[in-house]
Amino acid sequence: MALDPETFDALIETIRRFVTERLRPLEAQVGEEDELPAALIEEMRQLGLFGLSIPEDYGGLGLSMVEELKIAFEFGRTSPAMRSAFGTNVGIGSQGLVMSGTPEQKEKWLPRIATGEIITSFALTEPDVGSDSAAVKLRAVRDGNVWKLSGTKRYITNADKASLFTVMARTGGAGAHGVSAFLVPADLPGLTIGIPERKMGQQGAHVCDVNFDDVPVPAENMLGAEGDGFKVAMRVLDRGRLHISGVCVGVAERLIADSVAYAVERKQFGKPIAEHQLIQAMIADSKTEALAARAFVLDVAAKKDAGENTTMEAAAVKLFASEMVGRVADRAVQIFGGAGYIADYGIERFYRDVRLFRIYEGTTQIQQLVVARETIRRGG
Amino acid sequence: MKILVPVKRVLDYNVKPRVKADGTGVDLANVKMSMNPFDEIAVEEAIRLKEKGVATEVIVVSIGEPKSQDTLRTALAMGADRAILITAEGEVEPLGVAKLLKAVADEEQPGLVILGKQAIDDDSNQTGQMLAALTGWGQGTFASKVEVAGDTVIVTREVDGGSETVSLKAPAIVTTDLRLNEPRYASLPNIMKAKSKPLANKTPADYGVDVAKRLTTLKVSEPPVRSAGIKVADVDELVAKLKALGVAA
Repeated sequence: MALDPETFDALIETIRRFVTERLRPLEAQVGEEDELPAALIEEMRQLGLFGLSIPEDYGGLGLSMVEELKIAFEFGRTSPAMRSAFGTNVGIGSQGLVMSGTPEQKEKWLPRIATGEIITSFALTEPDVGSDSAAVKLRAVRDGNVWKLSGTKRYITNADKASLFTVMARTGGAGAHGVSAFLVPADLPGLTIGIPERKMGQQGAHVCDVNFDDVPVPAENMLGAEGDGFKVAMRVLDRGRLHISGVCVGVAERLIADSVAYAVERKQFGKPIAEHQLIQAMIADSKTEALAARAFVLDVAAKKDAGENTTMEAAAVKLFASEMVGRVADRAVQIFGGAGYIADYGIERFYRDVRLFRIYEGTTQIQQLVVARETIRRGG
Repeated sequence: MKILVPVKRVLDYNVKPRVKADGTGVDLANVKMSMNPFDEIAVEEAIRLKEKGVATEVIVVSIGEPKSQDTLRTALAMGADRAILITAEGEVEPLGVAKLLKAVADEEQPGLVILGKQAIDDDSNQTGQMLAALTGWGQGTFASKVEVAGDTVIVTREVDGGSETVSLKAPAIVTTDLRLNEPRYASLPNIMKAKSKPLANKTPADYGVDVAKRLTTLKVSEPPVRSAGIKVADVDELVAKLKALGVAA
């Protein structure tokens, strides 16, 4: 549902204030402690952030893709780990259910996902299964009224907080058509969570292994038809790619603002470095690319809202936006110079944080394949 | 009891005000406006009293240009029940506002009117006091704590050098100070619902109030720019300079 402009402005204004007043002051602490304060997560619940993309009928806001992106821009203006707290409920953790769930499944889970009572997580990647995601090995075997799941999922975002997983498991033969999706409550017997991995960046957002040892999942928890799991996963990632692109744009805008603020203060050769043309070139390149990514992602989102298939476009924009923010972060470190390398300035933290955008929810190389295949298929 | 909360749309507190070139006022073209921060505290206090079961209804009222509707919607999103917008062109002085609020209070019969102690644009700090005079109700200004028991309102006031506690009999007027509470962020679902809460459109004429200006602004100017300091060689020179300036004997 598209909101009227006044209401949407009020929504954005509230989020902007929340990001500025509550999240930004905590960036260094969260980066240091690798944990978001519990009170902050509660505030996010109260604000309704966990339900951004859940339909209104189930207690969420039911935002359009364009609206969701404008919110992603705002949350990009702080450490990406902050958004991760509710990011899986907005994106990969809930969208399989929103897109492919039965009315009973939706009724059972979505209202509590919208309030943030339930944290969700999306489990596709495995130790031997990354970009080749159709090669899922985690096994699901039918046993009466349950499917028994055995295997390991790896690098699962928010796994240690999640009470509901969307799990891709092999129910049939080899290949994409042998994969089915399941809604797996975290408290089922045989399901255990590994300790959070130590990561390069995005401290505060946790990824863990999720181990399945004959976990009995009720048959009614299958999401979509048997053998449709890969399709479900791809549709979920399609939407997720747009959201991540929005976050990339937001982070880039933040870094450009920080770079400019520094460049007008910092003096070398008798004048602010912002007046030196080689610094200006970096600012111009970053700004130009960020503007391009913003326009690009909004255009694809509008197409998606209009019901068009945007698989290729979503891959292209994720490819562009994630690479763009990588370059912008690199230039930000360069503009800050020595200070850019020093932790207290926070720029090196963003530099590490944004590296992930080029990897998760489909690497740059996978996006290239998607774009190339589809472009060739369409004949241009 | 009903609680009436007047709110004002002002220049956002993060915006650096700029004086118009002709010196007639602050330039408000294309600058961000939002609810006066003290009024936000007033709305928050009223909502908390409602959540405690003390208040039955929270009514917000704003006097000003049509865009003040946005400010009222913010208050509704925070949790107020309904809104009254009194549209008036140009500046309405505190006395005009107080007279209008008196008329609204006569109509609504609130048990409590909670106002910001002042608006951050003109810093008048007059409206609450004038309203108390017009209604003849008790007033507890600069409140840092408000407790309501039956028709008794206990207000802790921030005064020079400490605090003072007064007991008022409802209906009463309270004006808020900074420490009273920390206003909540309106939740996103409530922002969406605020649109469907009732908002009545009125004009000063509907209340028979004349809001013509009684005061004339002669000039508005920027504060003086801080001039550069000077360096002194030693303490003796410092003392000499201070004496020359008349700030040390």
